[in-house]
Amino acid sequence: MIAPILELRDVEAGYGPFRALFGVSLAVEAAEAVALVGANGAGKTTLARVASGLIAPSAGTVLVDGEEVGSGRPSAWRFVRAGVAHAPEGRSVFASLTVEENLALSFQRAFGRAGLAGALDRAYELFPRLGERRTQVAGTLSGGEQRMLSLARVLVESPRLLIADELSLGLAPMIVDQVFETLSRIRAAGTALLIVEQQVGHALELCDRAAVLEHGSITWQGPSDEAGAVLESRLFETGTAP
Amino acid sequence: MTGSADFFEDLFRGLLQGTPPGAVYALIALGFVLTYKTSGVFNLAFGAQAYISAAMYFKAHTLWGWPKWAALVVSAFVLAPLIGLVLERLIFRHLRTASAVSKLVVAIGLSVALPELFNQAARFTAVAGRQITGIMPDGSSVFYDPFGVYRFNRDELAMMAVALVATLLLAALFRFTMIGLAMRAVVESPRMTEMSGINADRVSAFAWALSSTFAGLAGVLIAPRFNSLVSTDFFTLVVIAVAAAAVGKLVSLPRALLGGLGLGWFIAVFNTFLPRWSGDHTWLRPFQENLTPSLPFVVLFAILVLWRAIGREREASDPLSGVDPPPPALAALERHPKLTLFTRLFGVGFVAVVGSVVWFRAGVLWMHLVTTAVIMAVIYLSVTVITGMAGQISLCQGTFAAIGGFTIFQMADRFNMSVLAAALLGAGVAAAVGAVLSLPVLRLGGVWLAIATLAFAFFFDAVMVKFSWVGGGTTALLTGTRVPRPLIGPIDFASDRAFLVLAVVVLVIVSIIVIQLREGTVGRTLTALRGSEVAAASIGISAARARIIAFAVSAAIAGLGGALLSMHQQNVNYSTNFGPVNALFWLVIVVALGARTVEGAIQAGAAFALFEPLILKGDLLVWILRGEDHLPGLFPLSGSWRLVLFGMMAIQFARHPEGLVEHGKRRSAARINRWLEAREGAAS
Ligand SMILES: Nc1ncnc2c1ncn2[C@@H]1O[C@H](COP(=O)(O)OP(=O)(O)O)[C@@H](O)[C@H]1O
Ligand SMILES: [Mg+2]
Repeated sequence: MIAPILELRDVEAGYGPFRALFGVSLAVEAAEAVALVGANGAGKTTLARVASGLIAPSAGTVLVDGEEVGSGRPSAWRFVRAGVAHAPEGRSVFASLTVEENLALSFQRAFGRAGLAGALDRAYELFPRLGERRTQVAGTLSGGEQRMLSLARVLVESPRLLIADELSLGLAPMIVDQVFETLSRIRAAGTALLIVEQQVGHALELCDRAAVLEHGSITWQGPSDEAGAVLESRLFETGTAP
Repeated sequence: MTGSADFFEDLFRGLLQGTPPGAVYALIALGFVLTYKTSGVFNLAFGAQAYISAAMYFKAHTLWGWPKWAALVVSAFVLAPLIGLVLERLIFRHLRTASAVSKLVVAIGLSVALPELFNQAARFTAVAGRQITGIMPDGSSVFYDPFGVYRFNRDELAMMAVALVATLLLAALFRFTMIGLAMRAVVESPRMTEMSGINADRVSAFAWALSSTFAGLAGVLIAPRFNSLVSTDFFTLVVIAVAAAAVGKLVSLPRALLGGLGLGWFIAVFNTFLPRWSGDHTWLRPFQENLTPSLPFVVLFAILVLWRAIGREREASDPLSGVDPPPPALAALERHPKLTLFTRLFGVGFVAVVGSVVWFRAGVLWMHLVTTAVIMAVIYLSVTVITGMAGQISLCQGTFAAIGGFTIFQMADRFNMSVLAAALLGAGVAAAVGAVLSLPVLRLGGVWLAIATLAFAFFFDAVMVKFSWVGGGTTALLTGTRVPRPLIGPIDFASDRAFLVLAVVVLVIVSIIVIQLREGTVGRTLTALRGSEVAAASIGISAARARIIAFAVSAAIAGLGGALLSMHQQNVNYSTNFGPVNALFWLVIVVALGARTVEGAIQAGAAFALFEPLILKGDLLVWILRGEDHLPGLFPLSGSWRLVLFGMMAIQFARHPEGLVEHGKRRSAARINRWLEAREGAAS
């Protein structure tokens, strides 16, 4: 049996003394797409952070390919090198570096000096808008452009699993469509997805499976086409109706 | 009137003369900023690191006879980065989420402990009278005069060349290399850097090694300018670096570079012109003699006080900064009533037993030590007020204490004033100075307040003490700063026993004042403010008043303690008791043992005065073993182990910000509470 790319077993996590997750178990198999839905403050972002090694669980284990990564200390870089990439919530670019430097930071490590130019070209191909602004300091980009930049950084590396947290938040509808198109393209190319979305409709359409997070616990898991009904029956406060 | 041609020639000479030291200041400022930016550590131990490299160079070249290049490589390019790596790996990596102030305390501890550790490990002692040589062959005896106004010697040329090359390399590193890019990324957000697949710990370690190399190089280059290798000289060097770095608000590398050079130029030009002016105006003479050595501190203080924007540098814009919240302090503990009763009884019993042993059995030496402990506890209560209650770091408590001591010296010496009245006056003067000082520095907060007070302490040390109306001037050099013991009616406190009683009475009164202050409005306002820089920035009227009061009360307590200590030793003994480095020591020992409570200060006083004779000299063991013959050959241990231990204490502090003793007490109290409750549960 092949181990799932990512597996959380009875994970508890939080910030200082505050617990945000209580005994969460969740697995993402290779090439699978999972939508994680839940109300504001349910702990979705925290789950995404634990799943990418950004914070260490206070109990339970996080396994990548069936093996524990890191040792108690948060070590996101190990997860990235194991093929788990995370496009975090909100602004997530280096504001003082240029667009190109932001990209080069990831690409040079992943592809080496020789592969750098090619990787940059692929990023600019994906988002031509970034190509026009390659020497601009990232802090001066618009919100949408910053989101593209952080997406470009993770997409070009073609990770085996992409964790995307509220990608569409604050983006113009046209760009949202474009982002989801990109996601379905890389999904078709074999990348597994763990998607956290306010726009539940979009997310459920894209994914095979859904998990519902409430107050730090997963209360329902199943095929994504059944998720809509479940959500409605629970009168979920997600803001956007499915 | 001399012509303007002369003026420009003098100016030019001053600038040329100031360039070599300016280059070294720039070097150390660059390293300092690099560390601060990449790890948030305000590394006051930088001077200690520079000292170690300089001492290693001296040992290898002068004592062992190694060639200069080999000594340079080992001291600046092997030992220096190694120390940086070790510090990062063993200490600062684990303090990433600690507050800037905690990191500062750790760095202060290291600044005292590192030189001692090196001296112990390498069996190095400051060698007086041996020439400290630069890195060039015939460095100080071959001259070049490119412009016909100032003759550079070879060592000076080397200083400038090394600084130039190092700066260019650093710029190239940032501009063109992957590790440089990664360092810039880590500065902004270590967590996000990790999400690019880069090990941020490695990057920080590299930055530490690099900046420590800068410190080491600066130490080796600057050493020939000192008469002998003493670590405190190098501490001054780091204050200069801070002044240079402050020009760039601690974050800009190019401006730190300019700041270093500018300081070098400013000092040299000042020295060129001041004698000329003071020839015309004799009243400038004392300034000329006294001000020059302290110019960097004056500049630093002026920058901090006059530059309105400096303290308001925005905090790191790390979007993921919320991911690692700082480790919370333990919550206040509800004690079981039985436990409270027991600890009270035990405390009273302990004091009674120790008191009577001292009273009836102690010889002159022990009576003296115990009195010192009591007086130090008084002084330490001043740290309890300013740091424990107000959460501010003041590094000029020694200065306030010195003001107390000098006041009674002056008053008793000149006006034959009653010594006790003079002591109260001294506390008042210290309070006034504290209040006035707090006005401009209050808005700074955090590490800025710490360095402003540090600059003030150095300024007092270099300038004020030299004035005859403060430190006694030249007469004090001959007769010392003598202070009599008080005499109240029939009681003559010249008796050591009577004086001990006086000290204990003062300690009790001051403790009560501190507790009253803590429980009152001021204390509650301060508690609400503590640790919240946001609240401090938008500081309201009542909050500002509370802080000024805290500053003034703290200064008054320090002044009173300083007066007592001077009476006790019947001499102010300024440089032994109250020099700028002493205050660093005091701060660390108090916060490490517990700055929030009166007991913490008392324990710190006891540790300060009694640790060395009791533990290191082995007297406690002698007493337990009943005789010197059984004492293991290990004893007496060298006094510098005290300083090493002190460094370790500082490191431990960062993990337990409530203080080590407090931490231990809470843990055991929690355990006993549970045990008592379990027993009661079983009984009912
Ligand atoms: N950096 C943080 N420090 C303390 N608590 C946090 C932090 N981030 C989130 N929380 C808390 O954790 C809980 C879960 O938050 P989050 O995972 O962001 O939820 P979601 O992404 O589902 O909206 C919330 O109650 C939130 O207040
Ligand atoms: Mg969220």
